[in-house]
Amino acid sequence: MTRIHDMGGRFGDGPVIPDDAGTAVFPKEWHGRALALTLAAGALGRWNIDASRHMRECLPPADYAGFGYYEKWLAGLANLLVAQGIVSIDEIAAGKALSDADTTLRDRCLAAAAVVPTLQRGGPSARPIDTPPRFAVGDAVMTRTIAENRNIAGGHTRLPAYAAGRRGVIMLQHGGHVFPDSNAHSDGEAPEHLYTVSFAAGDLWQHAESPDDTVCLDLWDSYLEQA
Amino acid sequence: MTKNKPPSSTPAVDHGHDHEHVHTLLPPEPALRVKALESILVEKGLVDPAALDAIIDFYEREIGPHIGAGLVARAWADDTFRAALLADADAVIDGLGHGGRQGEHVVVVENTPSVHNMVVCTLCSCYPWPLLGIPPAWYKSDAYRSRAVREPRAVLAEFGVTLPADTSIRVWDSTAEIRYLVLPMRPEGTASMDAAELAALVNRDAMIGTGLPLQPGDMP
Repeated sequence: MTRIHDMGGRFGDGPVIPDDAGTAVFPKEWHGRALALTLAAGALGRWNIDASRHMRECLPPADYAGFGYYEKWLAGLANLLVAQGIVSIDEIAAGKALSDADTTLRDRCLAAAAVVPTLQRGGPSARPIDTPPRFAVGDAVMTRTIAENRNIAGGHTRLPAYAAGRRGVIMLQHGGHVFPDSNAHSDGEAPEHLYTVSFAAGDLWQHAESPDDTVCLDLWDSYLEQA
Repeated sequence: MTKNKPPSSTPAVDHGHDHEHVHTLLPPEPALRVKALESILVEKGLVDPAALDAIIDFYEREIGPHIGAGLVARAWADDTFRAALLADADAVIDGLGHGGRQGEHVVVVENTPSVHNMVVCTLCSCYPWPLLGIPPAWYKSDAYRSRAVREPRAVLAEFGVTLPADTSIRVWDSTAEIRYLVLPMRPEGTASMDAAELAALVNRDAMIGTGLPLQPGDMP
């Protein structure tokens, strides 16, 4: 089974409501604070982006569905801080610090002057890989039939359920990239070749709007087999 | 071949994730949840409030769709630049100092009379932050995430966009760290416009693919 976040193709969500011109970047002040706090805590270096995505995905489905975007971030952050032993459950419950952090972690505190260079540097996921790509542009491929992490039950993966067990065509090659299914679980970056794979809408959906429209996904080597 | 760990016969269960929902201990009001977490981390010496202010300022003031619009306008006006942007966006973007978090790897996709591109992230809300800023609420909504891949034409209609039936739609689901920017078609009647005038026609939604650029007559 997939997790709640894997919603591509789901029915019942109603219309998309475009925003009005002039809507603020952070409609509520706490939205910006939640984003900033998450990024600053991430700069402590105790988890990677895949782990933080996975923590949000692990929220109980009722919470995930009921929370706004930044509420998911906050919940994921609280859970990560405790899982990493940075903050205790008692501290979360009390809403204040009950002990000092260790000095090696305090040394990593993001300084205001370091913010812009840190954001401008980002965290590239491309990695050198010494094997040639298994697929060439134009090759037909099949995706894995089960959109689940191979090694960990309920673990992180980036193969959406709607594209599992489907036939597609390699459209772009991106070289080696960090493999989220491993990296999210502190199991190493394990880079694999990443490809953009194009799927005909008629191969994804029983009732495609227009069967020749396409959906393109970025998929790692181990999600794919030769068709 | 990169080898993954072989699947073990008894897969590890993700203990600690499904069983300890620490977040439920936070206050019910979201603004107070942020305040509680911020207080704890500041008191522990792990977060500097001035750094939080700097992050917010960066995304409110420095970064936004004007950056992507500048690239699009230049691509419209300069074929060499356009070719370079389509061939290797990272090189162009890094060269202009527009790289950064959530825009480390960028592919620019070009609309033509036969193909219209549209970007989504069904699994979370991945978006090219350094080029377009923080994504709008609708981009992060369940409705957009669930429907953009299955019925892009119905979603486009909700944005007031109807494409010719012979224009095929290509939806990009951002499942990895590649971020996509749509290069819209240059509107007719803009031959005499300079780069700044062209950039003013390029709105955020046109670079996500849920909108079209303004026409010269739409300008105030």
